[in-house]
Amino acid sequence: MLNVGKIEEGFVLDHIAAGKSLSIYEHLQLDKLDCTVAIIKNARSNKKGKKDILKVECDINTLDLDVLAFIDHNITVNVIKNGEIVEKKDLVLPRQIKNVIRCHNPRCITSIEQELPHIFYLADAEKEVYRCKYCEEKYTEMAK
Amino acid sequence: MRHLMSPLDFSTEELDKLFDLANDIEQNPQKYAHACDGRILATCFYEPSTRTRLSFESAMTRLGGRVIGFSDAASSSAAKGESVSDTIRIISCYSDICAMRHPKEGAPMVAAERAGIPVINAGDGGHQHPTQTLTDLLTIRSMKGKLDNFTIGLCGDLKFGRTVHSLINALVRYKNIRFIFISPEELKVPDYITDMLKERNIPYEEVIRLEDVMPHLDILYMTRVQKERFFNEEDYVRLKDFYILDTVKMTLAKKDILVLHPLPRVNEISVEVDDDPRAAYFKQAQYGVYVRMALILTLLELA
Repeated sequence: MLNVGKIEEGFVLDHIAAGKSLSIYEHLQLDKLDCTVAIIKNARSNKKGKKDILKVECDINTLDLDVLAFIDHNITVNVIKNGEIVEKKDLVLPRQIKNVIRCHNPRCITSIEQELPHIFYLADAEKEVYRCKYCEEKYTEMAK
Repeated sequence: MRHLMSPLDFSTEELDKLFDLANDIEQNPQKYAHACDGRILATCFYEPSTRTRLSFESAMTRLGGRVIGFSDAASSSAAKGESVSDTIRIISCYSDICAMRHPKEGAPMVAAERAGIPVINAGDGGHQHPTQTLTDLLTIRSMKGKLDNFTIGLCGDLKFGRTVHSLINALVRYKNIRFIFISPEELKVPDYITDMLKERNIPYEEVIRLEDVMPHLDILYMTRVQKERFFNEEDYVRLKDFYILDTVKMTLAKKDILVLHPLPRVNEISVEVDDDPRAAYFKQAQYGVYVRMALILTLLELA
């Protein structure tokens, strides 16, 4: 069993679906932070059997919770101060996301317009459906 | 400042006001002959569309305004690689209102975000064509006197036809509308539309033969069945005649049925039906000018 030490200040993202941590690392642009990041893959989980965990030693405000909620709103976000969990944040599906995913509809204006942001809005919260602001094409996992 | 991107941008109350204005224009054209004196409409058409463009040009001219523009991308700065955002900023300096058609979906919305003037979506790819829907609604309201309590049959290509999807989305806001979708299996209305109707408890049925439902319809909205939509020639030949409206099928219809078509037609309505007083598709084209006149006045806040 691998041991990764406690962090003093930052956040721990727990219950990430096994194998998804790297994708979250990229979406949250953690590579751009000058701090300690631990990526734990396939950790043992009582609930799921396997899970991923991310430990990031930095200011909690640097984390874009909207992006995280879009990727998986079932992730647990633990805020750490002085080595202890001081807060658990609930993730809520964001109403709009900007430049997190791209519209893959070749007929959409985003495919040709210079520097146009790729904006998706939450069209159906129950079914977790996001649509492109411009062409209204439904975002599908395949296009992620 | 308001724009028109989708037919749902206007509430039903706002649509009533717009249609009242269109009807007043129809009755009293002289009253509006100088309403847009000194105003300029820019028609930015990145793909050819004679009918819609001329309808906008006719509308502005009848209001006393003037029109500038281009009718295909090749004759615009888009051919040099200019973005929609830049083009509309320039057009905003030259005109007071813009009607834009673009093959890319969402292009008029990009224009509206950057424009200093109202932008009307005059068709963006297979996405929206709101002024066609306004035309359809005005025609129904003017000729039936109401936009509720009727059975409408939509016939032909219900899968790819954006005018059909827009019209359904606009009509579900009114009371007691019953839909009958008449199409081959290959061109059935998409699931997201029927799912929406189920969710809202709006009655609909899907049938293959037009003759079977003709007696029940208050309105028949015809669309063109395009050969290229079929996987093989055999299926096309087998099905295409189901969707040709002729005088024989018209004998099955109610005495006051309204036959509509967004035009252009190819052969799906026999020419002999044109003389039937229930054929309203050319009148519909006339209403297309009135509703665009009313829309220009409304967006320019001159109404």
